[in-house]
Amino acid sequence: MPEKLLQIEPRPPHGDWRDPKVDFHKGVFCYSALPKNLKYLGLPNPREWQPFDADWKLPPDWKRIILDGMKDRLKKYRSFRLFMEICVRCGACADKCHFFIGSSDPKNMPVLRAELIRSVYRRYFTLTGRIFGALAGGRELTEDVIKEWFYYFYQCTECRRCSVFCPYGIDTAEITMIGRELLNLVGCNINWVLEPVANCFRTGNHLGIQPHGFKDSIDFAAGELEEITGIHIEVPINRKGAEILFVMPSADYFGTPHYYTLLGYLMLFKEIGLDYTLSAFASEGGNFGLFSSHEMMKRLNAKVYDEAQRLGVKWILGGECGHMWRVLHQYMDTMNGPADFLEVPVSPVTKTIFQNARSTKMVHICEFTADLIHHGKLKLDPSRNDKLKVTFHDSCNTSRGMGLLEEPRYILKSVCNSFYEMPENTIREQTFCCGSGSGLGTDENLEMRLRGGFPRANAVKYVKEKHGVNLLTCICAIDKATLPALMDYWVGGVEIAGVHELLGNALLMTGGKERTTDLRGEPLVTEEAVHA
Amino acid sequence: MNVLYSLIAVLLLVLVGAVAGRGDTGRAFIAVAVPYAALAIFLAGFCYRILRWAWTPVPFRIPTTCGQQKSLPWIKASSVDNPSTGWGVLARMSLEVLAFRSLFRNNQARLHKDRLVFSENKYLWLGALAFHWSLLIILLRHLRLLVEPVPAFVLALQRADGFFQITTPDLYASDVILLGALAYLLFRRLRDPLVRYISLFTDYLALFLLLGIAVSGVLMRYFLRADITSVKQFALGLATFHPIAPPALSSVVLVHVLLVSALAAYFPFSKLMHWGGVLLSPTRNLANNNRSKRHVNPWNYPVKTHTYAEWEEEFHDKIKAAGIPLEAEDAGKTSAN
Repeated sequence: MPEKLLQIEPRPPHGDWRDPKVDFHKGVFCYSALPKNLKYLGLPNPREWQPFDADWKLPPDWKRIILDGMKDRLKKYRSFRLFMEICVRCGACADKCHFFIGSSDPKNMPVLRAELIRSVYRRYFTLTGRIFGALAGGRELTEDVIKEWFYYFYQCTECRRCSVFCPYGIDTAEITMIGRELLNLVGCNINWVLEPVANCFRTGNHLGIQPHGFKDSIDFAAGELEEITGIHIEVPINRKGAEILFVMPSADYFGTPHYYTLLGYLMLFKEIGLDYTLSAFASEGGNFGLFSSHEMMKRLNAKVYDEAQRLGVKWILGGECGHMWRVLHQYMDTMNGPADFLEVPVSPVTKTIFQNARSTKMVHICEFTADLIHHGKLKLDPSRNDKLKVTFHDSCNTSRGMGLLEEPRYILKSVCNSFYEMPENTIREQTFCCGSGSGLGTDENLEMRLRGGFPRANAVKYVKEKHGVNLLTCICAIDKATLPALMDYWVGGVEIAGVHELLGNALLMTGGKERTTDLRGEPLVTEEAVHA
Repeated sequence: MNVLYSLIAVLLLVLVGAVAGRGDTGRAFIAVAVPYAALAIFLAGFCYRILRWAWTPVPFRIPTTCGQQKSLPWIKASSVDNPSTGWGVLARMSLEVLAFRSLFRNNQARLHKDRLVFSENKYLWLGALAFHWSLLIILLRHLRLLVEPVPAFVLALQRADGFFQITTPDLYASDVILLGALAYLLFRRLRDPLVRYISLFTDYLALFLLLGIAVSGVLMRYFLRADITSVKQFALGLATFHPIAPPALSSVVLVHVLLVSALAAYFPFSKLMHWGGVLLSPTRNLANNNRSKRHVNPWNYPVKTHTYAEWEEEFHDKIKAAGIPLEAEDAGKTSAN
């Protein structure tokens, strides 16, 4: 934790933003990627270096590499070219960025984050910029500019909140993604992104868990569930011929409080008798490749369809995760499809055909569960969650890159009795990021995470004071990993849980023993008759 | 400094227009050569920019979804802010272009002690909308100078616009709104410390050019009372490619023409291209039907992946010890589970 309480206060900007000098002080940046990770992935310029070093050991022709990289991407992405050219600097995006609100650093205004690269674009790629230079908004590409890009493109969580408000839909996430790709070309990347990527490439998941470890974790969860429910649960792994492949973020079986969400999934699958399998190879739905480059995203994502095809399943179900769903929803089918070896997803219980997933053949667990509840296929006792006063944090990617807003709310309102919304400017498509997305959730970056998470925390504090909210639910693995620290720092007394953890608490299962504890092993407040 | 430089640039243009218009050669140059050259640059540049965007691929379908997706039939989808069909996209884009839907969402987040407070902030939306719509009306009204006979809708527009009949000639509401909106946009750019901080020379240049055009237009109509017959002769001549520069054309008309030409010629090189760009923005003009209809990336290429076979080879013994089925030995069997 930072030594003294962070001051969040607006400060007027000073100086000229075109000066690229940045101060890498402790707490506001991420460490460089280790050379072994770059080597394993075949990425350029592996070396020992740190952002606070004077010499970043860039390759000798770094400038040509960056400019060629820009030229290439201007030809490949209309988004990039358009967003370089049509901004009118109206400033509507300025106070929409959580990092700007939390840091008052003017270069964290989305418009300026983009101008950092736009100024170079104008100088080298436009007629007016080549002739008039600074007068036309151009800026020389220097090593200091590379350092500035590194600082600010790893101070954007690609949350897309600004793009909701931009009159032209300029999406800073696109600009940051391209910015990071360019930095990757000269070997300027962060370890918190590239180590998970390297792990995922090798073992199948970000945490680097090998097949036997995967099996141990799952078996442990099944054992714990037997203790809580008295029901023996078998969890199939790499089972050929199952109807459904279930893919989740690896934190669900290796992190807390994610783990309780896993228990919720497994209880649900047991209760409805789902014919499914997990995979120790496709043991990660999350994709830190998204935070590195489009190519890396594709390299990591390929295993999902490959494994579905190998196991011969009919369709794929995906767990609670934010950026995982950005990739699955907006990129997977285009990158690694068509998935013509799969079938249009049909719920085996309700026979609902998921028409919205008929091409990709992958369904979000919240869509699946909401459909079950709507058809009355689950017996639920929401009073088992009565000690909880619940609010819901929309993840950036499922809200602004998908529109999954009502499904989790429908589940929550069915499984608990006290649900309160945060203020409308902080939820749904206007939701605020946790401050740690896009691979920035590392502890060396804590000050900036706490600053970026401030708007989210402030909204939670509001409902805590107004309604006594004590539980913040979410459907994102990064949220679950990083919101606890954010809540402890700014709010206090608010826990984090996944939607399917609450479902697990409320689910009345066939057989088994009387439930006395929730999934965390804590006593249920009210004694309930077991309907079993 | 950006403000000053851009103001000087526009004032220089005004000076050129005012002085050069005094001689026959200068008048012919500004009234004939400059407008045609500007028009040619505008048309060629505008088309080039639009086509270059249109020909640049959209590798991924990346709409920003601003409402509920279409998923289960009993959940009401937000068909405009998160469109799943072409019609929805059309509605979204129409609202965006005609009513500035996204800008309408604008709010203001400010800290009050330790609390982040949101308030309505529609001034930018109102100012932008007022400016663009009044500019469109004024442009359409100009048809009365360029087309003979004057189309009925132009006359109707003119009557509605001059409805209040406060002055002689009738005061057009659009003129007042345009000047007011431009003044607000300039005032906002200068007053708001954040917007001033991000403003470039080119941002002020566009504003000052537009202001110069508006002011010279208002001056010639209401105050200096330019000779309307010669203006019409001149404009019709331009439109019919039989250009003439009547000696009665006053300096203020020439200044107006020169500024409009400068703006037109500058247009394709500037941020003003947002006019065409907004229509091509991939976060707005694509339907959020990603999982139901496959989007094709024209430059999709094979990448190096880590295959299942490679994975099984590396972890073979551990997979076996954990009792997870192996492809190589247990093909066809199901797991012990």
